[in-house]
Amino acid sequence: MDILREDTITAIATPFGTGGTGKIRISGPDAYKIGDILFKSAKNNKKISEQKTYTAHYGYVVDPKKNKVIDEVVALLMRGPHSFTGENVLEFDCHGGMTPLRSVLDLVLENGARLAEKGEFSRRAFLNGRIDLAQAEAIIEIINSKTDKGMDIAVDQLNGKLSEKVDEIKENAVEILAHLEAAIDYPEDEIEGFSSEKLAERLDDIKEEIKKLLATSQQGKIYKEGLKTVIVGKPNVGKSSLLNYFLQEKRAIVTEVPGTTRDVIEEYVNLKGIPLKIIDTAGIRETEDEVEKIGVERTRQSVSKADLVLFMLDISQGLTREDKEIYKLVKEKPVIVIVNKTDLNPKLSHINIEKEFSEHNLLWISLLEEEGLDNLKNAIMDEVLKDEIEADADLIITRSRHKNALKKALSAVKRVIVSHETNLPYDFLTIDLKDCLNALGEITGETVAEDIIDRIFEDFCLGK
Amino acid sequence: MDYHKYPTEYDVIVIGAGHAGCEASLAPARMGFKTLTLTVNLDHVAFMPCNPSLGGPGKSHIVREIDALGGEMAKNMDETMIQIRMLNTSKGPAVHGLRGQADKKAYHLRMKQVLENQDNLDLKQQIAEQIVVEDGKVKGVITKTGIFFAGKKVILTTGTFLKGRIIIGDAKFNAGPNQQYPANKLSENLKDLNISLRRFKTGTPARVSKRSLDFSKMTPQPGEEGLSFSYESDPLTGEQVMCYLTYTTEATHEIIKKNKMRTPLFSGVIEGVGPRYCPSIEDKVVRFPDKRRHQLFIEPEGLGTDEYYISGLSTSLPHDVQIEMIRTIPGMEKAEIMRPGYAIEYDCLDPEELKLDLELKKINGLYAAGQINGTSGYEEAAGQGLIAGINAALSLQNRDPVILKRSQAYIGVLIDDLVTKGTPEPYRIMTSRAEYRLLLRQDNADQRLIPLGYEVGLISEKRYQKFKEKLHKIEEILSYLRDESNQVNPTPEVLEKLKKIGSGNLSKPVKLSALLRRPEISYEDLREFTDDLPEIPDSVIEQIEIQVKYKGYIDRQLSQVEQFRKMEEKKIPEDIDYSSLDNLRLEAREKLNKVKPLSIGQASRISGVSPADISVLMIYLEQFNRNRSSDDGDN
Repeated sequence: MDILREDTITAIATPFGTGGTGKIRISGPDAYKIGDILFKSAKNNKKISEQKTYTAHYGYVVDPKKNKVIDEVVALLMRGPHSFTGENVLEFDCHGGMTPLRSVLDLVLENGARLAEKGEFSRRAFLNGRIDLAQAEAIIEIINSKTDKGMDIAVDQLNGKLSEKVDEIKENAVEILAHLEAAIDYPEDEIEGFSSEKLAERLDDIKEEIKKLLATSQQGKIYKEGLKTVIVGKPNVGKSSLLNYFLQEKRAIVTEVPGTTRDVIEEYVNLKGIPLKIIDTAGIRETEDEVEKIGVERTRQSVSKADLVLFMLDISQGLTREDKEIYKLVKEKPVIVIVNKTDLNPKLSHINIEKEFSEHNLLWISLLEEEGLDNLKNAIMDEVLKDEIEADADLIITRSRHKNALKKALSAVKRVIVSHETNLPYDFLTIDLKDCLNALGEITGETVAEDIIDRIFEDFCLGK
Repeated sequence: MDYHKYPTEYDVIVIGAGHAGCEASLAPARMGFKTLTLTVNLDHVAFMPCNPSLGGPGKSHIVREIDALGGEMAKNMDETMIQIRMLNTSKGPAVHGLRGQADKKAYHLRMKQVLENQDNLDLKQQIAEQIVVEDGKVKGVITKTGIFFAGKKVILTTGTFLKGRIIIGDAKFNAGPNQQYPANKLSENLKDLNISLRRFKTGTPARVSKRSLDFSKMTPQPGEEGLSFSYESDPLTGEQVMCYLTYTTEATHEIIKKNKMRTPLFSGVIEGVGPRYCPSIEDKVVRFPDKRRHQLFIEPEGLGTDEYYISGLSTSLPHDVQIEMIRTIPGMEKAEIMRPGYAIEYDCLDPEELKLDLELKKINGLYAAGQINGTSGYEEAAGQGLIAGINAALSLQNRDPVILKRSQAYIGVLIDDLVTKGTPEPYRIMTSRAEYRLLLRQDNADQRLIPLGYEVGLISEKRYQKFKEKLHKIEEILSYLRDESNQVNPTPEVLEKLKKIGSGNLSKPVKLSALLRRPEISYEDLREFTDDLPEIPDSVIEQIEIQVKYKGYIDRQLSQVEQFRKMEEKKIPEDIDYSSLDNLRLEAREKLNKVKPLSIGQASRISGVSPADISVLMIYLEQFNRNRSSDDGDN
């Protein structure tokens, strides 16, 4: 159990999606060691570990391997025991928005910290006497709380796919480990061991599989940039209302990136754990004859980059020529057709609309009455998890925790390979192979020890 | 029943004189406490009812740990063994395992004599039938012949005697191991004391007569020179006996399959849970139908007997089937069975009855060790016996019990596994059960445990000083090897020597320790590169080579231990009532209430207790401690 370790933990300490800056908190014995590796002062060459407590330092977080600046930050030091957690604490106030924030977190994890469990900063603070008794219950509540109202449902589903893949790799590693352990614990029994070459081959397979998985985290566009969702529709159909609904629901502006024109607005919204980058094509408000020229072109541009299109109709107006023009632009994309204003008198029957868009997911909502919106959210999640979009979403490593676990697993299996190549005895291979399995287990939430012993007796006929 | 009080009052009474019982008796007696050992049969003290051997990976580690703590098993083996080998030499220093063949009779006689000659120790043939308990505290033992022995502590080491039942095919009868008198009343008595019992099963193969065997059809398995179990013994010298390797055949398997429904295991006669790692031959054949042969080791039961043990052929098949089956094995075509193999069922404690010091939770002063706790194996039994004996004595001295850490000893792993996780089958130690295997080597059991044995009072001053000299020597050599003034320079001469040893090039000056880190270079090889390499005993060379060559791995495990250390040491008060801790999940509350862990570390190993439960528990504890200290402040 990791939470029992006296180690260094980290997390994004600002809630997801609360403005343009974010804070990475690092607490534990190695906080300043990690700071020394990642932080470059803008003023001088002083290391973090040489700085005084309760000081702030302007500078950069630099990826030490690539020697590349990741973000401009202010580093804050609070030395234990006079810090929030009672341990050495370092915080990076990052300014570059969500993507660099995650990158900084990844770097901190890579360089020796572990992602904090729920309520772990508070728990450490409490155990180190920094929080009074009255707050104990509150901390317990945090620990026991379900992840924010099912916010992570989508992520969990993606993780399900990831888990399947990880289970395959684990199975491979468990089989090897059971072999090695059986040979170690039953030296007198006949165990058909792997030949040295076969073992090398199997280990290499594991390495390659983990690498492949990790590669998907690099291209994990949805995770990094959000699912590009474009809301299209003619003026006044309710696009802005829909956007506002999403925003107020999740109080979730991460950044407000002005588009190439002032009329296209991009917002980040967190929907059940999936960041949606919503592009509101609000600018199409030209006169009738200019729709063709400018509006269509803009919409076309936005749509071409979109992962998902929310195409809005107004039932009180029926299907207009504009609607049909816009539909032409989007129909090849993953589309959810949203028929708004069910609170008004319909101009067209439901059946006719359903006939028109029979090949798409069609939803009836009223933004005014807030009806049908849960269905909409579910439909969006379904689209995320559907095959078309999955080309990207499939097996993307959606969380720092998983990515970090995979990195640990990869370096562990690399160590096994080196040990094997240098002819170290089995016992030394098992040490790193267990590390590899434990790291993979962090993703699927299982520990290895018991499995292996069961496995030894399932696979081999042993004993006197 | 009427009974008569025995005139002597004892500090410690041990029920049973098997491998657990002998250690459990010797430890308190050697610590100065008046000790009584009761056994069903004095001719079976330290008897080996199954295989005539000790050791193997994990098990030999335990034997050495017993030795380092001041127990007797290793020395008794060294005095009476007739063959010894080191197994696993190619798989890493931590998993090397000694395996010795005992002369069963000699082993028994020598141990009996050690008990007889031990000051403060009385050895008596008496069948214990009742534990006397008053107000939840143990008072003594009443025996079948109506004697009440008063005792402050009682240690149960009943092995497979509790309601023992032997099964050979359709033949079933109540008996302890090797058809001894079973302990039926004691089992009932434990139930009356509200102790929860369960039923396990184990088994043993047939013994065959030497002159009916044809060893020329088998592969000889000779012993090796220069080995011993105890750190204090001289290596075994002289001629060693031969063991032999042979295999079952498809004909053997056919006979077993044909008679499947006559085997108690499959016909439902056997109810007890058997061990997976010690399966009967019928179990192996049925579970692994693709395996065309199973290997068998033929081992002598001793020098003064013709009986040979067939390791790998444990069975409860009907006697007639055993005869038929054995004669299909190469070299055993004319084998005469002297004793048939049998399965034995017995009562044992649910380990949730136990605390980590091996005292029962419900009865103050009552301890249990060995097979009664759900383990299997002589070594596992002896290790627990020693700990129970030590803890009974420490308790009489009002000292804290010895609770070995998982990072400290296999005995610690074993007891923690039992008490914390329970066991669904007879438990055997395996090196894969230890998470810090590299630290728990059989070569460093002395470094891990002699200081503790000394502190407890079971290691003599002389032995302790000798041990400290060894430690000192190791330190001295390590600093010599790491000393920069002894660096090796890449001169042409040095490069030539390296080449000769088959070692790689050298581009810059390196310390001797860096050279030794190369797998192909031994301590003695260093003599080529330095003039004043100290002459040291082999046991010190072994330590130096392991500590230098595998330093990276060892350091990593040490740092893991260190990271978890605080949590292992974070104590949980025994009187905590988990059912009142509403924020723990129900399953966690129930499990914690049953196990009553002593530390957060132990709590975290209980299955069904999640990391979140542990977090919550830690906060409760902190609350509890703060409230308590503020209460203290008020007084």
